[in-house]
Amino acid sequence: MEATQPKSITLIVARQLAENLATPMFLVDGEGMLVFYNEAAESIVGQPFSALGEISVADWGAMLEPCASDGTHISRAIVPTGVAFLERRPAHMRLQVKAFDGVHRHIEMTAYPLFGRADEFAGVVSIFWETAA
Amino acid sequence: MKATIWGCRGSLAAPGPETVRYGGNTSCVEVRLDDGSVVVLDAGTGLRALGIKLAEERVGTIHLLLSHLHLDHLQGLGFFRPLFDRDVDVHIWGPTSPMHGLDQRIAAYLSPPLFPVTLSQIPCRLTFHDAPEDDAWTLGSATVRATKVAHQGPTVGYRLEEGGRSICYIPDHEPAIGVDLATLGKEWISGHHLAAGCDVLLHDAQYTEEEYPNHVGWGHSSINHVVTFARIADVSQLVLFHHDPLHTDSQLDDVLVRARQLWPGGSVALAYEGMDIALESAGAVATSPQ
Repeated sequence: MEATQPKSITLIVARQLAENLATPMFLVDGEGMLVFYNEAAESIVGQPFSALGEISVADWGAMLEPCASDGTHISRAIVPTGVAFLERRPAHMRLQVKAFDGVHRHIEMTAYPLFGRADEFAGVVSIFWETAA
Repeated sequence: MKATIWGCRGSLAAPGPETVRYGGNTSCVEVRLDDGSVVVLDAGTGLRALGIKLAEERVGTIHLLLSHLHLDHLQGLGFFRPLFDRDVDVHIWGPTSPMHGLDQRIAAYLSPPLFPVTLSQIPCRLTFHDAPEDDAWTLGSATVRATKVAHQGPTVGYRLEEGGRSICYIPDHEPAIGVDLATLGKEWISGHHLAAGCDVLLHDAQYTEEEYPNHVGWGHSSINHVVTFARIADVSQLVLFHHDPLHTDSQLDDVLVRARQLWPGGSVALAYEGMDIALESAGAVATSPQ
């Protein structure tokens, strides 16, 4: 067997969905690793996922420097992805992020937890849109 | 361990003069372990004839491993003779579901008006088990693993290992829906971890490459997909399984030719009713002549 841990079928199917969406989408696994984002997300993030690779959501959050719409820094715990991961519930928010190209972008994000079974937390899906300032 | 195929047709039984060579019964594979234990993979219509044989042999304990509960994998259950022998232990294993137990889901078929007998009326000693996911368990002299795979509804593939030999069974599987298998990391390929390095892989091969575009999302593989999957998983012997009910024997012959074109040097065969696959400790994998 290969050393790399296989992804759960829940994440695999979610990635298949993401790969076929024009809506930007992130995938976080149950351990808190950002494991994928799709091509649609690349234009907002400013970098293809293949160039970044898997990273922890904490590092990812620090890179994006999330801010409220008024520019105030906000805790990762209240960003929708953080809420969905930490509290296992859906969340929605308008915020700003700083992309890899240095541009601050206004986005609107919805995140929700994935449960393969009722007691099996598989990760988080975050979808987002770029919005006007 | 030795596997015998009692049904390899997909979706719907397809008896008739055009399917005589490969057979028309739906999914059912008997696996005899070295210690004599009997494991059955899926309960398609091929299970009926297997049940007659097991009853004649007076097999006392049978482990039935269901990949999922679509009717072509379940329809033979009500006609499985050992179910009606109160001296037989039948253990049914199957995929977990978010909402309902395995017995509840099977009861949806084994109850009126779809079937005249209810589960509570079955005389044998019947036990239901959720197939543990990703944790191996022991059946007789084999180690068994189950993993959820991409299909419609909760579906698992199984891998049986005994004496250093392994057989993997993924009869309904669409690993390439919307993605290119050749460019994915292995950890992202549905079923890869289960099939990796196995001696024999029985795998969904329902559609030709021409047919697949009209069946995207139906939960099945094209010939190209299954060959690509087997190559990436480094499978020693690929057995194409779950033949489309519309495919005649001569069309299946063409499927095999195409699969071998796609995998020069690979070992590819078409499943057929009565096929024996012997996994011997010496390493040789023998298949019976058609």
